[in-house]
Amino acid sequence: MKILTVENLSKSFGGIDANKDISFDVEEGSILGVIGPNGAGKSTLFDLITGFTKPDTGKVKFFDKNIFGISPDKISNLGVGRTFQKLKPFADQTLLENVMIGAFVKEKDIKRARDRALEIIDFVDLIEKRHHFAKELSTGQRKRLEMARAMAIDPKLLLMDEVTGGVDQKTIPGLVELVKKLKKTGVTIITIEHNINIIMEISDNVLALDQGKRIAFGEPKEIQNNKQVIDAYLGTFDAA
Amino acid sequence: MDSKLAIAKSEPIWNTNNRVISILAGLIILLFALPLFGMNSFYLHLFIMIFMHAVMAQSWNVIAGFSGQISLGHGAFFGIGAYATSFFYMEYGITPWISIFFGMFVSAIFAVLIGIPMLRLSGHYFAIATLLIGISFQVVFQRWDLVGAASGLWVTMTPEDSWSALQFHSSKAPYYYVFLIFFLITFFLVWLLSRSKLGYRLRAVRDDPQAALSLCINVSNYKIIAYVISAMIMAPMGSLFAQYILIIDPDRVFNIEISIIVLLITVLGGIGNVWGPIIGAAILVPISEYSRIYLGGTGGAVDLIFYGLILMIICIFRPNGLISFIPKDILERKKQR
Repeated sequence: MKILTVENLSKSFGGIDANKDISFDVEEGSILGVIGPNGAGKSTLFDLITGFTKPDTGKVKFFDKNIFGISPDKISNLGVGRTFQKLKPFADQTLLENVMIGAFVKEKDIKRARDRALEIIDFVDLIEKRHHFAKELSTGQRKRLEMARAMAIDPKLLLMDEVTGGVDQKTIPGLVELVKKLKKTGVTIITIEHNINIIMEISDNVLALDQGKRIAFGEPKEIQNNKQVIDAYLGTFDAA
Repeated sequence: MDSKLAIAKSEPIWNTNNRVISILAGLIILLFALPLFGMNSFYLHLFIMIFMHAVMAQSWNVIAGFSGQISLGHGAFFGIGAYATSFFYMEYGITPWISIFFGMFVSAIFAVLIGIPMLRLSGHYFAIATLLIGISFQVVFQRWDLVGAASGLWVTMTPEDSWSALQFHSSKAPYYYVFLIFFLITFFLVWLLSRSKLGYRLRAVRDDPQAALSLCINVSNYKIIAYVISAMIMAPMGSLFAQYILIIDPDRVFNIEISIIVLLITVLGGIGNVWGPIIGAAILVPISEYSRIYLGGTGGAVDLIFYGLILMIICIFRPNGLISFIPKDILERKKQR
């Protein structure tokens, strides 16, 4: 079953096409990797889907519901969670409080929201840091915080912008494992990644963008061998 | 269940420091007992002003400290509250105990009407807009004949002390208790707010509106809710102040200085913290009152120079306010490691 259908989605800023006629769909329970060079329009695409930027034209359907142009809070309320490329933790609040704010969407009672938040924090392996302020956490831990906070709203679809971006080499495998673990919970994931090896490892499908346009969409192996993708982005990518 | 998770779930949600609770209970009892020890009129007045300014600062703390919107026109709600009780008492003989709620209601309506367009603005744009709104209230009331225009309203005095008219001429002690009770109720309600789902969501709006939106929080609505709550806290202080001095005019109750002072008190004590406004008021109000006594008139503005100096020192050395001197795990939300 298709959880997300995007048709001819376009957005331009001052005459420059950030996204132009983008179409793709996502199967429920799968991981879609989004790749493209800097400025390809990946984060803009996330903003258009989640309502943070209003699209010019096109269609966005979440299951059967048209979510084109709806406000971000309403879209998230339908079950679309997201993380941000530039991390946005509630810096002066603890990790637990950050996740509780998300947990309040499903749990009205403060104790139940706290317990649910703790379970999610445990899931992302940060239980010992639960009383630390968000601003005290490392970048990798903040990435986990954002994932936990987004998970707390119980999303059906989770959009993650550069999970491994800006973290050191040692931290990356743990974050990749966490994405795989998330998939096992049944949540559908769309993830933007610059690390091609990771995208190929975790994705069921890959969407490649360049200069705001879709240049390829398909299984990782197809994308690996797509000439347009190689020209635009992969360059000397080592297929081995 | 994972043992670490089980331990975490078994923790109490909030710190209950019995020693702090005992100290607070003792202080409350002491505050109730103080007038019984024959406090003179000045000290009663001093405490009344501390209670009043602490509540006013708490009102500002809700909109600025909890939801992150810097309002520079909060004096408008103080003035609305003042005029509501005085006008309805003088014109229709309605007891201030009822018109206090009317003042709160009118303030809430204005908060919605102002908030819907203004809270779309953010940062300094919102601050400037509220500053102008506050000034415009003063200008309108200066020209509004129905409410006495620039001369204001002189509340008809009762021949004797009257609880129903909220007028006490023989002693300030009843006023002391009225302000004290409003002070305690307000702080208890704001303390509950800070620990509620609404409190969590307001802090999310303050810290990062975009992240809040991604968590199903309608940022605009929550800002308006905070503004309404804030206005409804401010209005009763205007009402009580009007009954305390029994003469109000636009320059007194819509003065821009009211909006600035509540800001200074909150920032000095600790913005975003329930206890900040108490500490701020307990320090700044005596400075203001004593400078008024020793320097005459309005204190020769020396109180404002003191405010400015103290604020500069606090901003440089204690940007989180004086509350930051108190260990967080004592008064703050639970943050122990």
